Amino acid sequence: MPLTKEQIAQRIARELKDGYYVNLGIGIPTLVANYIPVGVNVVLQSENGLLGMGPFPFEGEEDPDLINAGKQTITTIPGSVFFDSAMSFGMIRAGKVNLTVLGAMEVSDEGDIANWKIPGKMVKGMGGAMDLVASAKNIIVAMMHTNPKGESKLLPKCSLPLTGVKCVKKVVSDLAVLDVTTDGFKLLERAPGVSVDEIRNKTIGRLIIDGEVPEIIFN
Amino acid sequence: MNKVVANAEAAINDIQDGSVIMFGGFGLCGIPENCIKALVKKGTKNLTCISNNAGVDDFGIGLMLYQRQVKKMVSSYVGENAEFERQMLSGELEVELIPQGTLATRCMAAGYGMPAIYTPAGVGTEVADGKEVRNFNGKDYLLEYAFNADFAIIKAWKGDTDGNLIYHETARNFNPLMAMAGKVTIAEVEELVKPGELDPNYIHTPGIYIHRIFQGVNYEKRIENKTVRKRNV
Repeated sequence: MPLTKEQIAQRIARELKDGYYVNLGIGIPTLVANYIPVGVNVVLQSENGLLGMGPFPFEGEEDPDLINAGKQTITTIPGSVFFDSAMSFGMIRAGKVNLTVLGAMEVSDEGDIANWKIPGKMVKGMGGAMDLVASAKNIIVAMMHTNPKGESKLLPKCSLPLTGVKCVKKVVSDLAVLDVTTDGFKLLERAPGVSVDEIRNKTIGRLIIDGEVPEIIFN
Repeated sequence: MNKVVANAEAAINDIQDGSVIMFGGFGLCGIPENCIKALVKKGTKNLTCISNNAGVDDFGIGLMLYQRQVKKMVSSYVGENAEFERQMLSGELEVELIPQGTLATRCMAAGYGMPAIYTPAGVGTEVADGKEVRNFNGKDYLLEYAFNADFAIIKAWKGDTDGNLIYHETARNFNPLMAMAGKVTIAEVEELVKPGELDPNYIHTPGIYIHRIFQGVNYEKRIENKTVRKRNV
């Protein structure tokens, strides 16, 4: 069975290390915050100007002045701090944010990422994604392995306008966990019940399969 | 020197057609609601707007787009506005999409008196087209110029009559940067007090950057994406 969006987030959460400052993008990446392992303390950065993002507020306690980068209402936690947008991207550019998790429309086997524009169709803008991918040391992409037409999103070369080049380090899709290496996507783990052949068939970019590929185990 | 004006209409009265205006805010959070409404009422046209987002269809800068007052938008993300997307895809509206950090830093450069900055954001993408690329310590960076805006219109939480400002929570965002970057900066605040009532230790924007200030009215503070969690029973 392919992973659900929640399970993709759950798997990515295992990459978090104690003391990390983490920026979570919109969509599946936001869900990662629900699965931070016990004993691992991370500080969530929201690029609109907050370190120490808390959970969503209770009904009736929403504060219009307190939102995350997805414009969702949120809360603060003890130790939270607000700052302006230049400082926010300053800390990103200076490499202070340890891990960035974001979604993608396409990823290439060299680590290029496209996620902001479909020419002639959809132009929402890059928001902070180009700044994040240009500077973050560790970038994990959370996405579906194929598009709604069933076509691979893991490609030799992105067909859509790029967000950043040679920056993605890891991909967690609904089918697999893959590292981006100099030789292409290296298959590390597969979704429970999903065969290596299926992943091979749905990955157009260079794919490295080295020995037995374990299934992802969920508790 | 009197910086206090009566209201938004007075604050924006001399803004001419064709002006370049910065608008503070992120999404609908921390936007200068009063001045936007006054510009809609005045009907000023052919504006170039520098703002992270373009509001939603019926609020914020979206109100100005609906009336075709905007010639060009400079933004990083415009995904929540169907009318914007329609005008852009049909070519009625000129749009320059730039990375959010680049937008912030080009404001910052203007406010700090620097002509340009180098940033890695957008290297190798279409954002880099026509721009100077320079390598520092093995990494490529794009040359990006400071903005040159006729007006900056911003929103703060508290301000005094000298123009000193304090922002609230994530409604700070681009406001302090744009405050520093406008040739003329207009600040609307929720609460306007006398000098001395704000603790100098906690002022975010010194009044030297502010030319006009007024206490706004009827803040709607619309929430774009209300998200809540359930209480444990």
